[in-house]
Amino acid sequence: MSAFRALRPVARYIRASRMVAICVLFLLLVALVALAGPLLSPNDYISTDFDNRFGAPTMRGMQFFGTDEFGRDLFSRTLLGIQVTLFVAVIASIVSLGIGVIYGATAGFIGGKVDAVMMRAVDALYALPFVFLVILLMVAFERNFLLIFVAIGAINWLDMARIVRGQTISLKHREFVDAARLIGVSTPGIIWRHITPNLFGVVVVYMTLTIPQAILVESFLSFLGLGVQEPQTSLGALVNNGITHMGRAPWLLIIPASVLAFILFCFNFLGDGLRDVVDPKNKT
Amino acid sequence: MSMLEIDGLTIRYADSPAPAVSDLNVVIERGEAIGIVGESGSGKTQTAMAIMGLLPANADVSGSIRFDGTELRGATPTVLNRYRASRIAMVFQDPRTALNPYVRIGKQLRRVLLEHKMCGGAEADVRTLDMLQKVGLPDPERQFRAFPHELSGGMRQRAMIGAALIGEPDLLVADEPTTALDVTVQAQILRLISDLHAETNSALLLITHDLGVVAGNCERVVVMDKGCMVEEGSTREVFSAPVSPRTEALLSSAPRIDSEVMSSPIDTDADPVLEIEDIAVSFKEHRSSWGERLHAVKPMSLSLGECETVAVVGESGSGKTSLARAVLGLLPADAGRVSFLGRALPSHVGARRNRVRQNLQMVFQDPLASLNPAMSVREIVAEPLRIHESGMKKEERNKSVDTMLTRVGLEAELAGRYPHELSGGQAQRVAIARSLILQPKVLICDEAVAALDGTVQHEILKLLLTEQANSGLSLIFITHDLAVVRQISHRVLVMYMGRLCEIAENEALFRRPRHPYTKALLSSVPVIDPEASAVDVPLAGEAASALSPPTGCPFHPRCPHAIAVCNEETPELTQCNSTLVACHRAADLDLSY
Repeated sequence: MSAFRALRPVARYIRASRMVAICVLFLLLVALVALAGPLLSPNDYISTDFDNRFGAPTMRGMQFFGTDEFGRDLFSRTLLGIQVTLFVAVIASIVSLGIGVIYGATAGFIGGKVDAVMMRAVDALYALPFVFLVILLMVAFERNFLLIFVAIGAINWLDMARIVRGQTISLKHREFVDAARLIGVSTPGIIWRHITPNLFGVVVVYMTLTIPQAILVESFLSFLGLGVQEPQTSLGALVNNGITHMGRAPWLLIIPASVLAFILFCFNFLGDGLRDVVDPKNKT
Repeated sequence: MSMLEIDGLTIRYADSPAPAVSDLNVVIERGEAIGIVGESGSGKTQTAMAIMGLLPANADVSGSIRFDGTELRGATPTVLNRYRASRIAMVFQDPRTALNPYVRIGKQLRRVLLEHKMCGGAEADVRTLDMLQKVGLPDPERQFRAFPHELSGGMRQRAMIGAALIGEPDLLVADEPTTALDVTVQAQILRLISDLHAETNSALLLITHDLGVVAGNCERVVVMDKGCMVEEGSTREVFSAPVSPRTEALLSSAPRIDSEVMSSPIDTDADPVLEIEDIAVSFKEHRSSWGERLHAVKPMSLSLGECETVAVVGESGSGKTSLARAVLGLLPADAGRVSFLGRALPSHVGARRNRVRQNLQMVFQDPLASLNPAMSVREIVAEPLRIHESGMKKEERNKSVDTMLTRVGLEAELAGRYPHELSGGQAQRVAIARSLILQPKVLICDEAVAALDGTVQHEILKLLLTEQANSGLSLIFITHDLAVVRQISHRVLVMYMGRLCEIAENEALFRRPRHPYTKALLSSVPVIDPEASAVDVPLAGEAASALSPPTGCPFHPRCPHAIAVCNEETPELTQCNSTLVACHRAADLDLSY
């Protein structure tokens, strides 16, 4: 598929920059630990132990991060939190990528009135106060894991659509698009074979910057108590819980918060690094 | 002691094995005019940048550059700034990007004087106005307050030259100062540079790929190739008896207006392949809210015979490209009809049938922009086959791609590469391969060789003519380069501000132009012969804005032969021997050579 082949340069960028490579490595490591950890740890995230509430971090019984107010193992809960957080972020980004790229490329390529109407719709959605919207959704429907994806995807695709539209407009005036028309490529063929493969560099970069945004939004919702519900958890929910017991058991706050910050840092760094490599202006 | 001594200059970049400039030795005396010529990548611009201390930080420079005995290589910015502008000044290639768009012209010139504390504010204003006058800007008081975007390309280059000369430098470095300009404006700017050089007694270092530019303006010339100096000597000697084979190759491949005609004769009685009738193109002008339209092409007709090459020439903005795009259906035409083999075509390319589309192809000006960066050479060349020969098996397709690549002079190994891995010439060959693989009847080349070096240009032209001889291809060749026109065309169509000035046979046009504009174009072309006398009077001024065209004949404000009627009536195309010409004075003017 020509669209996927365009990812090859991205792989090249990752090899080209050491910083980008280190970030990718760290993120893969975090994801691996989050997935494999629960299989190795003797504790699960759900069993309570009221004899061992607010247990300090210890090597005994592999309770590296201590226990929370119900005596649940924080290490297992943090691993679960990472899983949920990354899952929400990646799914939300893919949702926003899908909608944003199709919407933006269509608006940009067709142009004229269609473009105007489509982009004014985006402006209108931007104007909605997002938090109220989410609270409304949560109240109207059952609190639900799926709703979080919908809510986060629903704001992120707006940015993506704008960026893709701008790129498409500049691409469609390039001569290779005219050349394709002359040899008789149809409009969908031009969008699929000639426009989208050239969007991928920008889109991939932008996605690495969208993921931390989605993580933050999810944490924020969980922090407000609107996100993932017990006994499931996410890094945001863990931080929220940690704040309540900050005085008595500071590790409940410090550990999940550090993990969250580390993941966010990696993604931001990766995004910035990729942007520098992808942008031809930086290649002097 | 010479003024500037470049001694063993070597410039290397970490990411390329070959040095950009290697062991260059050049001496420039006071008041001398010296030219550096070479193809792109020969290290000319690198040398200029090294003199000005403008090389990027990752350049590894060795050797020495001494100006009046002071070493400039590796000098601190403070030292360099004492020399820049006041002793050595530079004119860049593209006047659109070399001026600061947010600062008024006058201020940019004035700043040079104030920065170097050459005079006070009041005197600086006077000297700036003087300089603007000297470089031939009309109404200097107004240009003093103008922003760069308010000036045309030629005027901006004049302002750039003014900014370079206002500090009265001992050396003016001009890096391709006219490459971005039209041929008539180029003649004006070259005249200005050489006049000012004679007048101010500053030395001139002229860097260019165009041998004609050097021939008319420099006493001495340095020829560079791949970073090395291959020849140096007086312009006269180098041009008449080159020692190095590289110089010889440069000289022989450079298109000359007096060169041999390469095209083969054709049968003029056959039915036309492509007929264009009264086609007109206009754009909505965005800046004017009243829906004013910019008329890029005024109604014009043309027919193209089998195997025929029609060249379309004119300055930028004359509507050449709009005409081509309208014919191909890439741009909506306001009126008129295009017929192919006697059948009228829908105006939009999407509505044309595949049989027709495969017969009308185009090669674009910028080879890299016309190739999709995400597709390999093989995919690019195979794409037309995938659409038009959908029954073809993959192996057959690959085989015909390989044959096509060999035909355009590319090795089959290149098929796996991506456009950014190709040189300009290779990329243009790929674009030609893509347009020829369907064996079209008509190929429109829009400045197809303008972006290429002389020797590569020559090869591409030969390739197109071979294809024409083999498969009966008809060519519409859009160009601003009259030397190319002379070499390959059968007929020539001259455009000015969207109108036809003249349609003539190749021979007739060059022997006896009928339109004063054609004559002006012909005499503006720099001749590669140091002995040739300079252009008598280059055409003054520049084309008016297409939004407010002059009344009557659009060319009359610049025409040396204009009479009263030219201001009042637009001339119709009339027959004049074998030539069609739109000029009121076509009958009584004799413009022949």
